[in-house]
Amino acid sequence: MPMLEFKVNGRNCRVEVNGADSLLEVLREKLHITSPKVGCNTGDCGTCSVLIDGKVVRSCLTNAMSANGKEVITVEGLASPGKLHPLQTAFHDNYAAQCGFCTSGMLMAAKALLDKNPKPTREDVKEGISGNLCRCTGYVKIVDAIISAADENSSREES
Amino acid sequence: MEYRVVGQRKRRYDGMKHVTAETRYVDDIFIPGTLQVKVYRSPVAKGKVVKIDCTSALAMEGVAAVITYKDVPNNGVGFVPDQQILAEEVRYKGQPIAAVAAVDEDTALKAVERIQVEIEEEEAVFDPLEAMKPGAPKVRPEGNLHMFDGRPYRKVVYGDIEAGFREADLIVEGEYFHPCHEHACLETHVSLSVPEANGKLTIYSVAQGLMRNLRLVASALEMPEGDLRFLSNWSERVRNTWKPENPASGINFVGGVIGGGFGGKNDPQLDCVTALLALTTGQPVKWRWTREEETLYSTYRGPWHMKFKDGVKNDGRIVARKVTSIRDSGAYSHLGEYVVDKHCFLCSGPYYIPNVYVEGYLVYTNKVPSDAMRGFGITPSSFATEVQMNKIAHALNMDPWKIRFMNAYRKGDKTPTRVNLDSVSVIECMKAVAESAGVALPDELMAMSSLKGREL
Repeated sequence: MPMLEFKVNGRNCRVEVNGADSLLEVLREKLHITSPKVGCNTGDCGTCSVLIDGKVVRSCLTNAMSANGKEVITVEGLASPGKLHPLQTAFHDNYAAQCGFCTSGMLMAAKALLDKNPKPTREDVKEGISGNLCRCTGYVKIVDAIISAADENSSREES
Repeated sequence: MEYRVVGQRKRRYDGMKHVTAETRYVDDIFIPGTLQVKVYRSPVAKGKVVKIDCTSALAMEGVAAVITYKDVPNNGVGFVPDQQILAEEVRYKGQPIAAVAAVDEDTALKAVERIQVEIEEEEAVFDPLEAMKPGAPKVRPEGNLHMFDGRPYRKVVYGDIEAGFREADLIVEGEYFHPCHEHACLETHVSLSVPEANGKLTIYSVAQGLMRNLRLVASALEMPEGDLRFLSNWSERVRNTWKPENPASGINFVGGVIGGGFGGKNDPQLDCVTALLALTTGQPVKWRWTREEETLYSTYRGPWHMKFKDGVKNDGRIVARKVTSIRDSGAYSHLGEYVVDKHCFLCSGPYYIPNVYVEGYLVYTNKVPSDAMRGFGITPSSFATEVQMNKIAHALNMDPWKIRFMNAYRKGDKTPTRVNLDSVSVIECMKAVAESAGVALPDELMAMSSLKGREL
């Protein structure tokens, strides 16, 4: 079986995988990193979104070996010790998580967006999370949260 | 007065766990040695299973158990206790007939392919209007109409419907269809049953009605209710107030964390199957539906046919409403009776109508069973009611806002089920809606209020 060597949330990992394993299966079932969820397994819902080298991907459609030698970030790697990521605080403060099942994917898509575009418009945010579904229909709150996290970031940089 | 909670903005009690991904959904629980389930689903919509051969599936490496209807102690559960957890009498295409537990999902799927099932196919009926006709193929032996307190429909009578129509200047009729509607929760159905070292069985469930589902599972497993124990990571308060007669044995039912429900997670089927397989194998057993299974075989909002006939005065008052509604239940009732009840009880909408007559039918067909969804049966009746309001406004050449304001409930009104309304704010709500929609209402309407009694 091929050996996958990659960095997950800052930690070096070495794990044996089947050639056909998706990154989602390896993260959840082999490493028990459960923030990426199985929503559809066909790339439609975005709840399995993670970052590979800063780029947001649907881990259910990503062959695990394609992450070889790269760095993967999931929600478990968002907060620094004792301190939440501004997006996490903003999602909580703005009621952007209802059942919570889409939240992980939303957070990763939002992080990818803000890393690239620190001051997005509402339209940019909608575009940024357009691959992620929320069935509790809290999109307005999610967009609010991402905008507020971006404001928080920029006001911190200015001060 | 300042309240601790009312009027305050409070964060969700579980919101912090959601944003840190510490919330543990059923599929996030990994227990070593867990077997995975796949099922053989009926290729036909109606028939009787006459032969099942599981020997080839059982002989496969990695297959721990295969169960069929013969292994279900009480194979009839539900509101109407006739839902077969594993079918002997097939009532819809896709109904599970045999369930395999194997080391992984791929093995379980391959084993399912080796199961040989012989079904004596019978004539099915799919259209509820056809199913209502005398001589239609019977979905169930008792007939295709659900009985409401001895009647084949739910009946609501208020006032005198014929006198109401005589009093009316104008009749406005409408025939409406509300299609079915999949809940499409982001989390598909998952169930995990774990035999514990002390002889108990723990079921991690996505059930929305925990206690109800716990009882349905107990009934399928033929375990006395006193042997049940209910654990919830949902609410400490509920956990502390639930006092089973015998908390020392039986089933631990763990639930309360679900990735969306919307009325779609009331089916006890998965918990029954994993519980039986866990008891059979002595190993933890998980069954998780694919998105395809979720879309094809989970419950959904049942479709509705509705006929509305309103008697209206020239000044805009609705003085009579007659409704005949038919809801397609699919193969089983689930919460269908309650869905039809709510539809019938509330089909005058938020409007006062002095003469109301309603007949609501729940019809069985050979389709996937439908169930509750957001608002039970009120959503379709609200749709029909509001289209009726616009039709009436159009027929009388009146402002659609005015029709609604005139007829809206006021303090002191009675609903068709004779509920005295002593706290009403329909008009106040509509004023708020108008304001946020940027609609300037005329003074005549702004002077109206639900807080006061009816003017006319």
